[in-house]
Amino acid sequence: MTDWKRTLEKVDDQRWLLPQEYRQGMRVPGLIFASEELLDVIGQDEAIEQVANVAFLPGIVRYSLAMPDIHWGYGFPIGGVAAMREDGGVISPGGVGFDINCGTRVLRTDLTEEEVRPHVKELLDQIFRDIPAGVGGHGLVRAGRADLDDVLRRGAQWALDQGYAWPEDIESIESRGALSGADPNKVSDKAKSRGSPQLGTLGSGNHFLEVQVIDEVYWPEAAAAMGVTGPGQVIVFIHCGSRGLGHQVCQDYLDVMEVAAARYDIELPDKQLACAPISSDEGRDYFAAMTAAANFAFANRQLITHWTREIFERVLGRRAREDMGMHLVYDVAHNIAKMERHQVNGHEMNLCVHRKGATRAFAPGHHDIPARYQKIGQPVLVPGDMARYSYIAAGTKQAMAETWGSSCHGAGRVRGRNQARRLLKGVDVAQRMADQGIYVRVQNPRLLAEEASEAYKDVALVIDVLHEAGIADKVCRMRPIGVVKG
Amino acid sequence: MTPAVYNRHKGVHATPQPPFELIEHTADAGIVAHGATLAELFQNAAAGMFSLMVAPETVRNDVRREITVEARDVEGLVVAWLAELLFYVDAEELLFGRFDVSRIDEQHITATAFGEPINRERHELRLGVKAVTRHMLDLSHEEDGYRATVLFDI
Repeated sequence: MTDWKRTLEKVDDQRWLLPQEYRQGMRVPGLIFASEELLDVIGQDEAIEQVANVAFLPGIVRYSLAMPDIHWGYGFPIGGVAAMREDGGVISPGGVGFDINCGTRVLRTDLTEEEVRPHVKELLDQIFRDIPAGVGGHGLVRAGRADLDDVLRRGAQWALDQGYAWPEDIESIESRGALSGADPNKVSDKAKSRGSPQLGTLGSGNHFLEVQVIDEVYWPEAAAAMGVTGPGQVIVFIHCGSRGLGHQVCQDYLDVMEVAAARYDIELPDKQLACAPISSDEGRDYFAAMTAAANFAFANRQLITHWTREIFERVLGRRAREDMGMHLVYDVAHNIAKMERHQVNGHEMNLCVHRKGATRAFAPGHHDIPARYQKIGQPVLVPGDMARYSYIAAGTKQAMAETWGSSCHGAGRVRGRNQARRLLKGVDVAQRMADQGIYVRVQNPRLLAEEASEAYKDVALVIDVLHEAGIADKVCRMRPIGVVKG
Repeated sequence: MTPAVYNRHKGVHATPQPPFELIEHTADAGIVAHGATLAELFQNAAAGMFSLMVAPETVRNDVRREITVEARDVEGLVVAWLAELLFYVDAEELLFGRFDVSRIDEQHITATAFGEPINRERHELRLGVKAVTRHMLDLSHEEDGYRATVLFDI
């Protein structure tokens, strides 16, 4: 195993530089955000090699960046961020991932833990029925082809037109839940067939819907802007993406890009970084398809929100808006590539920012964040593992300057699935969670051991690195009381 | 987990290979499939992938889908074949338990997959497989047959 602490140059307690000279062909250095403690974990797999690989990509600007939750991915590390200049740069499906616009969303409520606790089982059982998780299972709506094209073009805006959103929800979604440039014609029939039964489903693996309770508030002013009042308040945290539609778009375009990379003579250290110039036909087609899949994911999370509100109404016998204040705090993508304007050496430039397992974290005052967050910065929603805690933070000016307005997306796994199962052999994870006051519904009981806290890094360590580095300011911490898992 | 061990070519090899083994990657899961022939390799790779999703003994062979895919090379073909099977899991909510390859060369495969619609009560469901990756993808021909390593995005 490489002794990374010898190879990397320590910049400060949160930053490590991977010199451009580390491997011939790197166009820029790598910059890894991590504490010494986290670096020991990160260095155990190939993630840092992948940070170096990304630095080979044409048009990459300044750094190949890595968040403290990075781990080994396909092509890019998960937790990797890279910006390519529009002119001469490339776009890579490996820089987005299979689950296009996998992301998170938080709903606040006026409810307290005391009020909700007696109903957690009923709430979760109903959510588990209406919002399928795991293998198979279709949503409560099945979009026809014409509808689906509309979903791909208009994302959450489509959901609003269909009565699945409150008008103010739209304001609280990254890019208002509808990315421009989406072209349903660039999405294959296959991808559409995979996606159409799956609108309104969570999917499997690490996707979830959790009922959580505010545990600690670090920054009251920002919390107030988000509708977070203080400890004991119940919120809902949702994590899912574009389902089979996005997976198929990625699979389709990996093939296209493999041919394209050869055609444009792009030398790659890893085939999975297959890419094409942003301005090429292949690059533009992928961007249009990926954006369409991202819109599907925004619509998906909006439908899940709609049914969550309905279920809370039915179970608690109160109105979602008037009595429970179930407003959307924010919805943010963490697997995406977007064209954004950023400052480079004092000039504003168009960049294609790849965020693969990284959350956008725009600063206070940015025009693309809601009015009520103008003073505090964009909410950054960071789930931890299902039995410990999750965080909300806010984007900063430092993030704009250093990471193209990006932050971490979660804890990051530290143990493989079998490894976690072996470690927890004989442990009843559901019972252990019940003892902690967490009710869990899962399709596959084996998944509980695979998704247990032992399988993940401590998200507190991840968020503290970014807080101390000035990339994201901590706002509050939540702990789960109810978990639905795939 | 120990995969069900059978070998249709028992006696042919000195050491019978299991049809597939499960391997592990921090965030995901994969398989190493074996086969005396390319056809058997592809059948076993498919069985291995589905064993990540469902306990194979709970899947009946009630419906069939004819599958034809092609690719530029044999590694691409294994990805395309498995991805095509995954397509039916999402689009038609089917799970497959048996695979009969009728024609195969390094760039084409024609096969029939047998299975049934997902039944959340009866099937012992496991992990959702999102996609077939090219990460660590390897297909090799050794003296005792073919071997393929495939990782999946979970």
